Amino acid sequence: MRTALVVLRKDLRVESRTLETVPAMILLALITFVIFHFGLDRDTIGGQLAAGVLTATLLFAAMLGINRLFVAEREQGGFDAFLLAPVDRTALLIAKAAALFIYLIVLEIVAVPAFGLLLLGPSLGHALPGIVLILILANVGLSVIGTLVSAIAVHTRARDLIGPVIGLPLLLPALIATARGLGPLLRAGHAASAPPGRWLAILALYDLVFALIAYGVFDFLLED
Amino acid sequence: MHSTTYGRGLRGLSIATAVTITVALVLVFFYAPLDASQGFVQKIFYVHVPLAIISLLGFIFGGLLAIGYLRTGDRSWDLRSYVAIHLGLIFGIAGLISGSIWAKASWGHWWVWNEPTLVSFLIVLLLFATYQPLRFSIEDPERQARYASVFAIVAGAFVPLNYLAVQLATAYVHPRVLTLSSANLPPSMGLTFAVSLLGFALLYVTMWKYEMAAKNARSQVRRLRRTLLGDEGIRPTGRSAAPS
Repeated sequence: MRTALVVLRKDLRVESRTLETVPAMILLALITFVIFHFGLDRDTIGGQLAAGVLTATLLFAAMLGINRLFVAEREQGGFDAFLLAPVDRTALLIAKAAALFIYLIVLEIVAVPAFGLLLLGPSLGHALPGIVLILILANVGLSVIGTLVSAIAVHTRARDLIGPVIGLPLLLPALIATARGLGPLLRAGHAASAPPGRWLAILALYDLVFALIAYGVFDFLLED
Repeated sequence: MHSTTYGRGLRGLSIATAVTITVALVLVFFYAPLDASQGFVQKIFYVHVPLAIISLLGFIFGGLLAIGYLRTGDRSWDLRSYVAIHLGLIFGIAGLISGSIWAKASWGHWWVWNEPTLVSFLIVLLLFATYQPLRFSIEDPERQARYASVFAIVAGAFVPLNYLAVQLATAYVHPRVLTLSSANLPPSMGLTFAVSLLGFALLYVTMWKYEMAAKNARSQVRRLRRTLLGDEGIRPTGRSAAPS
């Protein structure tokens, strides 16, 4: 656990000094909102359509972060250094997933209010706790799968292709649940105040299963 | 390597497969009653559903075999897992095409989004379609085997979870005439379906054994040529998605 914290602190420090990944993720999300505005030819959207737009935007922004996750390790020999150190290898999974989780939170702190200002018809207002709850669960899934996929993709030749190509289908159940869970919260007029329970349950189950699997198989991605 | 074991019993198995599939087809065309609402076209059900089920089981089987590789580090497990997933893909594509034909004939559309089984199957197929590109883009054979095994395990666990999510996401619009719980199948249809399922399962096992035997024979020939003729005796293998 201490190793994970050290690696996480290293990652956050690198990110705060270079500002490479998170600003790019935020910019991509904002640009995507603009694209959706013109693509859909709507000034405001609501309900399930808004949920779909928000989910797709956050997913694309997350993909950027996932692709960059292990770049420093590969380019600077961090993998070898980590393998030489007498530490538990799963610490790298935990640290990287936590870093991605924090990136996603920062992204959403900017992107969700921006979405509310730019595109969303109904105000975010009283649905916010439900939205936060769903997004946190979705972020766990995105971080776990993202870290796993990124660790697989970083050692392949076509790494920028392999990551999204494997990641997107793997993330689909979580994305379905996120979009469907957000839909009722973003409805104009009588918006639900709590997200539908079954989507929360699906997201939680998905997070749990893949967290356990990732924990089980991650060691094998680092062996060399 | 146990080069002979894959060939053992292959003749009997092949005959059993051919006989079972013939019996299944005879039952499909001459024994099973015509579906009252869909008519003759419903008979594609006896091909489509077994193909899809065997394909999904093949994917899960591939994931289980991949656990064997990660536990032992013996590359033959990776080969088994590869062949299982590779055949699962072939069965899956056949199942998807037959399902599409069935949808067109009975609902009037090639693709129906509110049929959760169809949609979740497409997602699984899209995921496993990335298995070969992943293998292909890793050069080191040992690392290829390791990463492919990790992928096979994760994707194998994905199959049931994905099915659950898509089931819940879909509101049933079409009446569920033919669910897999054979409770609402008349017994004659149920029997035909069971024989057909057995036939395709046997076909899968037979093809798996054939491919394993062929791949083993090829690697054995290469080994022998190398011993007898030295390194010049064998052609260099190109980069490949298949384990060598």
